[in-house]
Amino acid sequence: MAKLAEIPEALGTEEPREHRPSVLVRLFHHRMALIGAVVLFIMVSASVFAPLITRQSPTQTNLFQTLLPPGPGHLLGTDQLGRDVFSRLLYGGRISFLVGAGATAISVTLGTFYGALSGFLGGIPDRLMMRFVDLVLSFPAIFLLLVILNLMGGQASVVVMILYLGLFGWGGLARIVRAQVLSIKKLEFVEAARAVGAGPLRQLIVHVLPGAMAPVWVAAAFGVGGNMLAEASLDFLGFGLSPSIPSWGNMLNAAQNYIVTNPTMILVPGLTITIAVVAINFVGDGLRDALDPRSTAGMQRIG
Amino acid sequence: MWRYAVQRILEAIPLLFLVTLVTYFLMNLTPGGPLSLYMHNPKVAPQTLHLLAVQMGLTKPWYVRYFLWLWSLLHGNWGYSYFSGQPVLALIGQRLPNTLILMGSSFIISLGIGIPLGIYVATHQYSLQDHVFSFASFFAWAMPSFFFGLLLQTIFAVRLGWLPVSGMYSVYQPPSLGQLLQHLILPAFVLGLGSLAGWSRYMRSGILEVIRQDYIRTARAKGLSERKVVWKHALKNALLPIVTIIGLDLPGFFGGAVITEEIFAWPGMGRLFLSSLNERDYPVQMAGLLIGAILLVVGNLLADLTYSLLDPRIQYR
Repeated sequence: MAKLAEIPEALGTEEPREHRPSVLVRLFHHRMALIGAVVLFIMVSASVFAPLITRQSPTQTNLFQTLLPPGPGHLLGTDQLGRDVFSRLLYGGRISFLVGAGATAISVTLGTFYGALSGFLGGIPDRLMMRFVDLVLSFPAIFLLLVILNLMGGQASVVVMILYLGLFGWGGLARIVRAQVLSIKKLEFVEAARAVGAGPLRQLIVHVLPGAMAPVWVAAAFGVGGNMLAEASLDFLGFGLSPSIPSWGNMLNAAQNYIVTNPTMILVPGLTITIAVVAINFVGDGLRDALDPRSTAGMQRIG
Repeated sequence: MWRYAVQRILEAIPLLFLVTLVTYFLMNLTPGGPLSLYMHNPKVAPQTLHLLAVQMGLTKPWYVRYFLWLWSLLHGNWGYSYFSGQPVLALIGQRLPNTLILMGSSFIISLGIGIPLGIYVATHQYSLQDHVFSFASFFAWAMPSFFFGLLLQTIFAVRLGWLPVSGMYSVYQPPSLGQLLQHLILPAFVLGLGSLAGWSRYMRSGILEVIRQDYIRTARAKGLSERKVVWKHALKNALLPIVTIIGLDLPGFFGGAVITEEIFAWPGMGRLFLSSLNERDYPVQMAGLLIGAILLVVGNLLADLTYSLLDPRIQYR
């Protein structure tokens, strides 16, 4: 399946390096990426500094004040157990961003090293390693995750969720990195490094890998949003994080029974997660334009 | 070309066998094994448990059990549901067509709206419509499908009452095609929205890339109308990369159907799979995993083969 990606692209068509502004500068000039970054910064800060913004607890139940509409005491009302929706939204952001970033960090690290090693080794090890990727990618991600989460008793902790999403999300990136490494390792500067006596590990890490990193950063950016959506979907289906954890997915799960009577309960977390993922994808889009305009890597999602 | 096709098909077969092996192992990871239901029941004596284990062949080594299981799988015996006692294959036979109807309809919606939309905004680059489209497609892509589904359900079914809330047919009237279509609109649109957004974006950039090529300039220089240039000369070449993306996305519809079917109570594979998880119905879970994997492998295969058929420039070893 990786064969289409093996066709070496023309590498010499870019402008010479010294005439191109640095990636950060180009990213800064990308208006959508800038807007995305600002929105994201505000959302992440609001979650991190949640205790400074609201004094309400995200988990304190109050059965005398359930399903309140938005009002002065509770800015966005309360849920079916009397918990403050605004507070849950802020603290839930911690969970969502943590799971998104944590799972992506694991899958990007795994995918990059696995793909780079496979492409660099070549021959039979490469074939075997890629057949393993084929196997991992043969299962629809959501089915596999649901089965495994259910086998392990459902109601995962945050760490377990990060591990599972991370351990099952690296296959696609491994293929992309491998294709990059395959085309880069044939270039003259790698041969030159070998000629002056650089060992295989040095060749790979110092000379080949840096050139293969563009799609990695793009995939990482889109991966955060994708993993946040995946986690929320699993929560929604009731196979995700334990219901006691205030996450956006769990808020949506609880809200579906009150959608007619208390629409804020569903609109608030739903719109928040949408805006967060849009902001992340804006940044990803900007990164792609800045790093690697021809690539179509990145956009993947579960559910 | 034919050599390539045969080679790719031959590669897919061992892959599918590995898929069965992984599926089998996953289910054997279950704490307590298939008899866990009886283990904590005081009325079931240890002797009875042992007898059951012998009867079910659980005393044999795992590799023997795997091959026995594979053998009956290949002969059309996929086991019996722990929950309803029905043969698994019969259950799938009832549910899979419903999922395929849902997948097919959302596929048609995504393709039928997404491709023309992509062409339209590409030919109106940087217009107001183009900017609105860009913005909207980002939101359509990022919105969790269950959130979008619940919103549409509340607005169009509960508040406005224009469409049925859930299910496949009405309880009060005899089943008819018109009813099926009414029940299909919301779930099919929800399932297709993500691909609609993705494909139209790819279509837009595909057309924009092709339209700068020399042969398009030639076509224009010959005095062809703009419509003919776009729809005949540009579209053919711009569609090439989309074909692969569509093929690779196709199995995603199956995964997405789990969520869509759950929201709209659509009696398909996804709901069957979800309830099998809740009921610890392992034979049905295995079947769900297997069918998902088969669809994925075959979908990827078809995407690769179609691409090689459409683009003669690509040489395969």
